[in-house]
Amino acid sequence: MEVLHELLLLTLLIVLAIGMLRLTNLLAIAIMTGVYSLILAVVYVLMDAVDVAFTEAAVGAGVTLALMLAAISMTTRVEKRRSGKGPAVLPLLAAVITGMALVYALSGMPGFGDPTAPIHTHVAPRYIEVSPHEIGIPNMVTSVLASYRGFDTLGEVAVIFTAGVSVVALLWRWNRDD
Amino acid sequence: MREHLIVRVIVKMLVPFVLLFGIYVQMHGDFGPGGGFQAGVIVATGFITYSLVFGVTSTIRALPLAFLTLMTSLGLILYAGVGFAAMFSGGEFLNYSAFDPGHPEHGQHIGIILIELGVGITVASVMVAIFITFAERWHR
Repeated sequence: MEVLHELLLLTLLIVLAIGMLRLTNLLAIAIMTGVYSLILAVVYVLMDAVDVAFTEAAVGAGVTLALMLAAISMTTRVEKRRSGKGPAVLPLLAAVITGMALVYALSGMPGFGDPTAPIHTHVAPRYIEVSPHEIGIPNMVTSVLASYRGFDTLGEVAVIFTAGVSVVALLWRWNRDD
Repeated sequence: MREHLIVRVIVKMLVPFVLLFGIYVQMHGDFGPGGGFQAGVIVATGFITYSLVFGVTSTIRALPLAFLTLMTSLGLILYAGVGFAAMFSGGEFLNYSAFDPGHPEHGQHIGIILIELGVGITVASVMVAIFITFAERWHR
């Protein structure tokens, strides 16, 4: 039953993606990306990944949408039609080849929910057994993010910091007269 | 947005609860879903919603850009500072067990709460800073 729900939601995601490709109104596309993120968050909840779902809902459907709206308000609301005739062959070729490579790479990965996958044989069991005593907090996702992989998270915060500083340095009008 | 009375009243009532929920997520990241990153985004969403409805000028008056950039750096410095503090207490970089060698769990708690706070401060101020930078340019 749960698989059916997931399939339904994933089909809805594909429909949304095709709809976004067909549209030219950037405002509608931005709103649809927000809807897309929200549905994706529901899929994550169905897969019991609440932390990821929470992030997806807050970032994808919340802040990204607001930032997109701000960006659209500074540029234009309607996408320009491509002037050339016929399909863009080279980008299409690149996309198709990349897609085929990704599908091929998928065949080398363990199946969805496969209990013999490497992550379930030695990584996850160790966190589940040891982290309650080692870190002492119930949410293992936070344990992994903040303690076991604190260095990665420090790098992520540095990335966000850099993004913010770059945007402010590029766009803020430091002198008020121009 | 000056003429949308319903939107204005609802947003004015909603924003404090959004900020409160953000603080809740920040403080309960170790017991439930969430943590510094999500909390920072939720707090930022509160401020952004306010500026969408009431204009960016009042938001800038409450949160000047100088303050936001200061907070952006402060969060990152707090995070890295916890790492160095762990080093100076005799452990490795970002190994919080060194804060309380007798009870490593307690040290881990302190460390996690502090670095999550750093993440939350940085994320919230970066998001608000990006938004008001965009909105202010469009405003003039």
